Amino acid sequence: MIGLPALYTLAGLVFGSWAVATLLDRQHTKRLLGACFWGLLAVEFLAGDALGDTGNGLLLLLLVALALLGAPGKGQAATTTIAERLASVSRHGNRLFLPALIMPGVALAGTFIFPLLPGLVDPKQVTLISLGLGALIATSVLMLWLRPPLVAPMQEGRRLAEGVGWAMILPQLLASLGALFTVAGVGEIVGALAPMAIPEGSRLAAVLAFTAGMAIFTIMMGNAFAAFPVMMGGIGLPVLVLGMGASPVVVGAVGMLAGFCGTLLSPMAANFNIVPAALLNLPDRYAVIRAQVATALPLWLFNTAMIWGFAFR
Amino acid sequence: MTTLPSLWPLAGIAIVVIGFALRANPLAVVVAAAFGSGLGAGLSVPEVVAALGKAFHQNRYVSVPWITLPVIGLMERAGLQEQAAALIAQTKSATTSRILLIYLGFRQITAALGLTQIAGHAQTVRPLLAPMTEAAATRDNPAITDDGRNKVKAMAAATDNVGIFFGEDIFLAIASILLIKGFLESAGIIVQPLQLSVWAIPTALAAFAVHGGRLLRMKP
Repeated sequence: MIGLPALYTLAGLVFGSWAVATLLDRQHTKRLLGACFWGLLAVEFLAGDALGDTGNGLLLLLLVALALLGAPGKGQAATTTIAERLASVSRHGNRLFLPALIMPGVALAGTFIFPLLPGLVDPKQVTLISLGLGALIATSVLMLWLRPPLVAPMQEGRRLAEGVGWAMILPQLLASLGALFTVAGVGEIVGALAPMAIPEGSRLAAVLAFTAGMAIFTIMMGNAFAAFPVMMGGIGLPVLVLGMGASPVVVGAVGMLAGFCGTLLSPMAANFNIVPAALLNLPDRYAVIRAQVATALPLWLFNTAMIWGFAFR
Repeated sequence: MTTLPSLWPLAGIAIVVIGFALRANPLAVVVAAAFGSGLGAGLSVPEVVAALGKAFHQNRYVSVPWITLPVIGLMERAGLQEQAAALIAQTKSATTSRILLIYLGFRQITAALGLTQIAGHAQTVRPLLAPMTEAAATRDNPAITDDGRNKVKAMAAATDNVGIFFGEDIFLAIASILLIKGFLESAGIIVQPLQLSVWAIPTALAAFAVHGGRLLRMKP
């Protein structure tokens, strides 16, 4: 059965190819540091199972240290010039959009087809497997159609990865911090403190404390999933639902969405807010968050009003 | 009166807030926060390292989508961004506002159907949406500054986020709906996913109105 291990091997090989490409790039600003950075990441994906918890922890600290020293840096990945791209555009025109549809198409097809073929693909990982399969198919089609040099996928991938830089490992590292917060019991402490912020008997104050808690704790954790059990366990369930008779459906469903407003404002939600700023070469790391403030705040107010107006009927 | 728990495990949160406020490197901030909370909760240094390593290893799936970068790069190499920009430059009716508004609707509706992976920052925003909106903004305002271009690109990324966040909860089998159902179930309250996802619809409409309104008022 195809599952996560196959994907991890594929990802390890991709990262490893970037290490080789960096090592071969004589114009690279941080050649050795960069090669070590991608190489370590490849080791984590290919052989992390054999390293043990402490080994993986030391590898992670080494990755962060390399990043602070300037890894992965920027090299001269072989790509096409603007003139060559414009020539390709005048030759292929709108047909260039077709390969861009392969990955979404495979993701769509996989979502529907894989569950019908039991035993082929791990049912819990259908989306990620479809993504990996789509990437492989799209690469093959592009290589056969446009016939770029064989090293092109490796070089082009490295070019984009260097554009994202150290932010590449931030989402995975933040997910690990979430796990450590759980071990340390951060959620339980916040859940125990939160009810103390509510004046006795005020329905509006309780709703405000709940939605504000969801948003603020989500901003700090970068993930509404981490905030939900804490705020629901601390305020939503004991105060709103059991204490004041609110509908658990409305409080739960809309409370989660109040948390999503916090995700729009959180630098800890690196996947959504920090990585795109790097992918789009924006000079301001927080540019995407700035663009989202004026949407997030009115929506948070809307969600608060929804609970206040509809949960107590 | 309940007794106050020890507050030391919260040290990590304080470090995160201060670290991001000082604009320190986020990787360093996160590692420092992990040590702050871990040591605050009474763990030893080797225990924190092991806990971090275990979690980092278990969370490898978070980094799997990076395997799409070679494909995106291959498409860019063939001129996909240039073609996307050229198409928009010719289509006068495709303004920055309209492109983003259509994308917002597309992203919300497909996410509501559970199709969250068919678009994203690497797959669609960088190769297609950002060059298209930038080309439209440049066509309609040839005097646009670099700052103006960056604002348009940031809004393209923001639109992808708003679309997926306030669409996906309408889908029954999405992780957040299952989390809410599971939490309530453990408290002895049985709810159906459909009941929950119906309550995501008003906020989805509000998100389209609020963010869409901002897009319509955008001046390139």
